[in-house]
Amino acid sequence: MEKKKFEIAESTCVPLPLENIDTDQIIPARFLSSTSRAGFGENLFRDWRYDKTGNLNPTFVLNNPQFGGEILVAGRNFGCGSSREHAVWAISDYGFRAVVSSYFADIFKNNALNNGLLPVIVPDTYLGNLLDLIHKDPETRVRIDLINETISVPSVGISVRFEVNPYKKECLIKGLDDIEYLLSIKEHINAYELRNALRI
Amino acid sequence: MIPKTLFDKIWDSHVVRSISGGPDVLYIDRHYIHEVTSPQAFEGLRSRKIRVMRPNRTLATADHNIPTANQHLPISDDLSRNQVDKLQQNCQEHGIEYFGLNHPKNGIVHVTGPELGYTLPGMTIVCGDSHTSTHGAFGTIAFGIGTSEVEMVLASQCLMQTKPLTMRIKIHGSLGSGVSAKDLILWIISQLTTGGATGYFVEYAGQVIEAMSMEERMTVCNMSIEMGARGGLIAPDLTTFTYLNKIKPLSSRPDFKSLLLRSRSLKSDEGAHFDKEIQFDVTSIKPMITYGTNPGMGIGIDESIPDNINSESFNKSLEYMGFRPGMKLAGHPVDYVFVGSCTNGRIEDLRAFADLVRGRQKAPGVTALIVPGSKQVEKQAIDEGIADILRDAGFELRQPGCSSCLAMNEDKIPPGKYAVSTSNRNFEGRQGPGARTLLASPLTAAAAAVTGVITDPRELLTN
Repeated sequence: MEKKKFEIAESTCVPLPLENIDTDQIIPARFLSSTSRAGFGENLFRDWRYDKTGNLNPTFVLNNPQFGGEILVAGRNFGCGSSREHAVWAISDYGFRAVVSSYFADIFKNNALNNGLLPVIVPDTYLGNLLDLIHKDPETRVRIDLINETISVPSVGISVRFEVNPYKKECLIKGLDDIEYLLSIKEHINAYELRNALRI
Repeated sequence: MIPKTLFDKIWDSHVVRSISGGPDVLYIDRHYIHEVTSPQAFEGLRSRKIRVMRPNRTLATADHNIPTANQHLPISDDLSRNQVDKLQQNCQEHGIEYFGLNHPKNGIVHVTGPELGYTLPGMTIVCGDSHTSTHGAFGTIAFGIGTSEVEMVLASQCLMQTKPLTMRIKIHGSLGSGVSAKDLILWIISQLTTGGATGYFVEYAGQVIEAMSMEERMTVCNMSIEMGARGGLIAPDLTTFTYLNKIKPLSSRPDFKSLLLRSRSLKSDEGAHFDKEIQFDVTSIKPMITYGTNPGMGIGIDESIPDNINSESFNKSLEYMGFRPGMKLAGHPVDYVFVGSCTNGRIEDLRAFADLVRGRQKAPGVTALIVPGSKQVEKQAIDEGIADILRDAGFELRQPGCSSCLAMNEDKIPPGKYAVSTSNRNFEGRQGPGARTLLASPLTAAAAAVTGVITDPRELLTN
């Protein structure tokens, strides 16, 4: 299946410096009843974006017209909690191509990589500097180069390397997915089963 | 031979192929699915024009998005009904065994798998749900996955996974009266923080774990994900095999011989290397309760909310909860009590709750949701007279499901209300928009239910 490809993103950013943002905030459970992957962006950060009466919450960053772009920059331990891939679908559907944080919850990170949304892990100090720059100047552009595994702010020249698993990197660049690979080694899987698999 | 951890033994024996510099192709023995995280995976198979590779290794249950009353009637919410119907159709189309509403094997996926004997030591187990870590109590590698990964397992019975780091938490001492497995794991998470085990797979060991029942071990492993761990596991022992043998004599299983052989080696070798080792003495821990909006924000029930933390996240959390730094929680009014979930919806949890409320009355003003984890737990609760004890004390036993743990159904806590919950997450809005969740044990939930305020359950225990 055709997957989203990723090589470079260069864009302004949306800063969300809170720590431990869980997937219930990214997409609340009451919006998980859909059986398709589409349309979740509408409810991204639903309960932070809207107040109790359903009006836009002007203090939330997504409602601040100063900020926008394809890169979300968030506090550490982003995406903790539930395994719902809907969180990644919501972020992508809203228009983000990458999320930058100092670390991600494991399941979220895998889900992101499986959907062409790039999780960029940077040191805490770099994250702090980045958030400061974006807050001071919302027009700050950040460049994420997956091929060279670097994230930089070209206007001020700060740059740092990030790491992506080499296999996943290739999948992202070429738009490949794991299932095609797994189907291509079916004989090995059958052989493993005959030899080792627990009978159930 | 190089000494190996239990985790490494199970992982290594399930590697079909290693990709250099990349993930391992890991064979999955058992795959559980439910209605919320599987429909898009089946849709993916359809668009690829492929079928489920090993339908007999996948089991399906409806649990997340179902009502917990009147389950004999059609589900009234259109979207929920559609999602449950879709699961049934997908299972039918692909020959997957499905335990729908009212089926005697229906229930929360992490309650039914173990109690029906589908979860066995040494297995690799996955499910599109982060609390899959529960099954680690049986000495399995069990972890939650996303929907793309559900599709991978349906398509190939394998997953591409990078091997996590290993951590061992050894727990010494003994738990005091009124202090349960839930208090232990809430305490551990409060020590390690909500992201403190990210990247790790945890083995729980030590005398406190060895002394625990399977239900208690499941509660501990269940919440591993709440400190970021990929999963948690416990070496199987006599307690494990006695539990399994009661479900179905092990000698009648097709894999009895290999199970027996395997069981002997299912433990970490002396001198095995863990990437991180932690030891705790837990003799002095108290019943725990959370005050914030992540499970790491827990304190002893008689303690005060910390007043020495000043971060935007911490302040936002207290504001949401309507609490102040330095405040004591004991005596604070409670509006709702929720007993249930894959963390504490098993028979032992209902017994603990019933023991404390027996001969007492539900406090006026408290709304209680008592939700068994499965049809089997429900039946057991009725057969043992727990349902009667609850009724006499002013409570009602609902029908099984995930219910108010994630509030996808109508079991929502209203905005601003305080709920003492035996579930696993106190995130903002987790139990309904604006709901304020305080995580605790079934005993602490019972104490709140009969007093109407946050109460140390030890004050109500007679012996």
